[in-house]
Amino acid sequence: MATLAADDLWKYYGDFPALREVSFSVSGGVCLALLGRNGAGKTTLLRLLAGLARPARGSVTILGRSPREAAARARLGVLGHGIAVYDELSALENLTLFGRLYGLAQPGRAALEWLERIGLAHVRDSLVREFSRGMRQRLALARALLHSPDVLILDEPFTALDDRAVGLIQDLLGQALAAGRTIVMSTHQLREALELATHVALLVRGRLAHFGERTAEMVADPGWLYRRYGEA
Amino acid sequence: MRFLRRSLTVAAKDLRSELRSKEALNASLAFALVILLLFSFAFDPTAETTREISGGLLWLVFAFAGTLILNRSFARELANDCLDALIASPVPPSALFLGKALANLVLLLAVELVSLPVFGVFYNVRWTPYFGPLLGVLVLATWGLAVIGTMFSALTVNLRLRELMLPVLVYPMIIPALMAAMQLTTVLLAGEPVSGDNWLWVRLLVAFDVVFTALALALVETVLLG
Repeated sequence: MATLAADDLWKYYGDFPALREVSFSVSGGVCLALLGRNGAGKTTLLRLLAGLARPARGSVTILGRSPREAAARARLGVLGHGIAVYDELSALENLTLFGRLYGLAQPGRAALEWLERIGLAHVRDSLVREFSRGMRQRLALARALLHSPDVLILDEPFTALDDRAVGLIQDLLGQALAAGRTIVMSTHQLREALELATHVALLVRGRLAHFGERTAEMVADPGWLYRRYGEA
Repeated sequence: MRFLRRSLTVAAKDLRSELRSKEALNASLAFALVILLLFSFAFDPTAETTREISGGLLWLVFAFAGTLILNRSFARELANDCLDALIASPVPPSALFLGKALANLVLLLAVELVSLPVFGVFYNVRWTPYFGPLLGVLVLATWGLAVIGTMFSALTVNLRLRELMLPVLVYPMIIPALMAAMQLTTVLLAGEPVSGDNWLWVRLLVAFDVVFTALALALVETVLLG
């Protein structure tokens, strides 16, 4: 059974079809880099996969269930465009909050462990509004990984980060991948994404133009795929 | 039990956030006190006049000031796209709604309980003799306001004119609850017990709360996901 499957997805904004006939499936231990120019439909597709919006046609399944079923959402970690942590709460309060919402047995302990892993234990009681962009993104990724999800959906996880933060996030995602989790991430930072990806998908004006394993050619020349489909 | 625990977690988060920022609470409280002060200049509050208008005046102030709190309920989730994280979590949308409605209830009651003594001073009204029944009316009517307001806060959260749209949608919907609350409050502030025909208003308040709470819990997922 596929860990994550999209079947004939369509999504309209008004009369405009933002996604058309998108179908693919991925299994455990796969990292799918979702590529495409601005407006290609990457964020729309990720929102449908995460159950944050309903498709006009088609369906999504996570481990055989609809993403709107609580059992599926409990196994899903989402990091969207916004970091989805609360500015008025401390780092520890944020992670503990989401630990409780995900029904973890010891949310406080899990929160402290993750703060150690992402190097924010020393500012655990500081309010998030005092954090830099990199610290926020690390906290947001910890929030998405806190409940050990089987499927991770990430929208632009490397945006506006320095090399050190990118390296840390790549390490965390690499560990998740090694543990058999499925990762789907959209990004414009091709080099960072292709280093991690096992599979690559390219969206062109709402259609899935390419889906397949990452090749050595892609790593050597990250712009190759765009050129091949006339998107350079 | 898990449903209620998650609702309480959401409520505690909202209250903690609001108590740290005090954005809605300060605005709502200041608005309520200013309106009470201005109304006290607008007419001469003789004992008879006050007896007749007390319930209506008080509940109009609560309703106007309350929308400032209700507006922030889902709008506070827009910063950093926190609403997406809540919707993507295994928390049922109905539990999320209930938590937000509970937090709004606490915040609205706080504004009302601070406004009440001020009202008593400005209008020379003794509100303490029937404080128990009055508190019951406050809780019942405020829960109705919180449920309707939280629901429409979710519905209007992505609108640019949400601050305008929320009152336009909420006020017509809460007319039955407001009428009952005004009537009962007037009776209690006049120093009379709730008896006879006035129990009809109590039953109306309870029915309003039950019906709209059930409707909101059933519809909130559609409202949030479209």
